[in-house]
Amino acid sequence: MLRLDSLSQSYGEHRVLRDVSLSVPDGQLLCVVGPSGCGKSTLLRTIAGLLPVREGAVTIDGTLVTGVPDRLAVVFQDYGRSLLPWLSVRDNVALPLRRQGLRRAERRAEAEHMLERVGLEASARRSPWQLSGGMQQRVAIARALVVRPSLLLMDEPFGSLDARTREDLEDLLLEVHRTDGATIVFVTHDIDESVYLGDRVVVLSAGPDSRVARDLPVGLPAQRDQIATRGLPEFVALRAEVGRAVRAPARAAVLGPADAEPEQAR
Amino acid sequence: MGARAARGADVTTVPSAGPTRPALGALLRWPVLAVAVGVWESAARARGSVFFPPPSRIVRHAYDLWFSGPVSHLFLTDAAFDTIGPSLGRMATGFVLAAVAGITLGVAIGRSRRAWALCDPVVQFARAVPPPALVPVFVVVLDFGTPMQVASIVFSAVWPILVNTAEGARATDPLRLDVAAVLRLTPAERLRYVILPSALPRVFAGLRLSLSLTLILMVFSELLPGTENGIGFLLTDAQSRSDLLTVWAVLVLLGVLGHLLNTGLLAVERRLLGTGRKT
Ligand SMILES: Nc1ncnc2c1ncn2[C@@H]1O[C@H](COP(=O)(O)OP(=O)(O)OP(=O)(O)O)[C@@H](O)[C@H]1O
Ligand SMILES: [Mg+2]
Repeated sequence: MLRLDSLSQSYGEHRVLRDVSLSVPDGQLLCVVGPSGCGKSTLLRTIAGLLPVREGAVTIDGTLVTGVPDRLAVVFQDYGRSLLPWLSVRDNVALPLRRQGLRRAERRAEAEHMLERVGLEASARRSPWQLSGGMQQRVAIARALVVRPSLLLMDEPFGSLDARTREDLEDLLLEVHRTDGATIVFVTHDIDESVYLGDRVVVLSAGPDSRVARDLPVGLPAQRDQIATRGLPEFVALRAEVGRAVRAPARAAVLGPADAEPEQAR
Repeated sequence: MGARAARGADVTTVPSAGPTRPALGALLRWPVLAVAVGVWESAARARGSVFFPPPSRIVRHAYDLWFSGPVSHLFLTDAAFDTIGPSLGRMATGFVLAAVAGITLGVAIGRSRRAWALCDPVVQFARAVPPPALVPVFVVVLDFGTPMQVASIVFSAVWPILVNTAEGARATDPLRLDVAAVLRLTPAERLRYVILPSALPRVFAGLRLSLSLTLILMVFSELLPGTENGIGFLLTDAQSRSDLLTVWAVLVLLGVLGHLLNTGLLAVERRLLGTGRKT
């Protein structure tokens, strides 16, 4: 169980998060959406133990997070830079396995197996910089999944992919989630994606001082399908609700309430 | 602070030169060299001065002196082993010591904010002193001989490596340090897989500058009394015997040696950094 208790974060004078409380049960796939710059990455970096907590507390299974927790994996927003260009794709994926005391051959075998799952077995020996953006993204995902994390943090991991690859990776993530049962915190700016993937969607309000604006359970059947699920009336209704929550302050300020309609029609 | 240090660049920093040389450059280099040598040859023959022998005679003399040995010795003569050997030995020892010290201290200073703040003024001062000016100090401390020569080489060659490594290590992408933390790398692994590779282009920039300093200091320290062998010693010795042909041969040898060493270092750099790598 991951818990945030009245978490507030700031960079110096610049306040980002204010009084964020959440508890994420084991095995939940939580999607976090919110306007750009509201502090989604900051939230993930705090959970990962990369940013010291300013106020409040982050606990995992009752233990306070002070450094990088055990069995945690992160897919960073800037995935291209997060790969190490001086290592081959396979060695990038094998790197986190050093912690697990595996021998070199075992690490490589595991890495190759994981690359197969993301469809990159043919590129194992190439360098990350020789791959396309979408391929690099899949390497970053393979590197996160290879340690079989119990808590997986993903920061807009499918942001720059073409629709087809994106759908494939979404389904891969759902499959991994079903089989490995990790708790996943998935940040995205795509409202559709958050509803399609999530067991629950949390909307952060615009910063500074962003809070949890909405916290919605997603009551869709666990088995999801790119075409069928997105056509369900519940899906459409949820998507509209999340969309309204994300736009809430902007709509109140500049537009009228009618703004919700195009969202529904889309 | 890094930007200021980089802008105040003197001999100890270079903008990271791309390792790829356009083919056009390679094509242009040789004709120009050939023409220069040709002009030199005809001018020297026309003058007929003993102070300016033509390059053909210089090369012939160098060949007789050093490269007419038996096949089993790779065509090197005993004289070559006696002069070039000790000099290269001093250079290699000095260069390796300077590299080890420079990279170790550079990473330590570059990765620690406090160490940087403390050491930066000292480093800026030390590297500003022209290296040959320090040789007399080493003569006093260590007396004449190889230890003094190696010490002068190390003390001048260490700065470019140290400064460049420190700046390279300091500029490690913070995101990559986050990655290292999340992958739970040990400090040694973080150094090996993240910090050193990030700093490597700058380390090599430093090594290239140091290599030429090493050659200069090697010759300079061998010019001093108390030296019994080496290229620098041969230079003063030939000069005192008014053997201008040998003096010229030594100069050519130094040029060739410097070029070969630099080419070797570039080859190592290219191997380690790869050609298309973007950091
Ligand atoms: N290292 C930092 N130092 C100072 N301010 C920062 C730093 N990182 C982020 N910020 C600020 O904190 C706020 C939240 O940033 P964050 O990266 O968490 O937003 P985000 O929700 O992930 O945005 P996006 O959707 O664009 O990725 C922004 O206003 C940003 O300017
Ligand atoms: Mg972000």
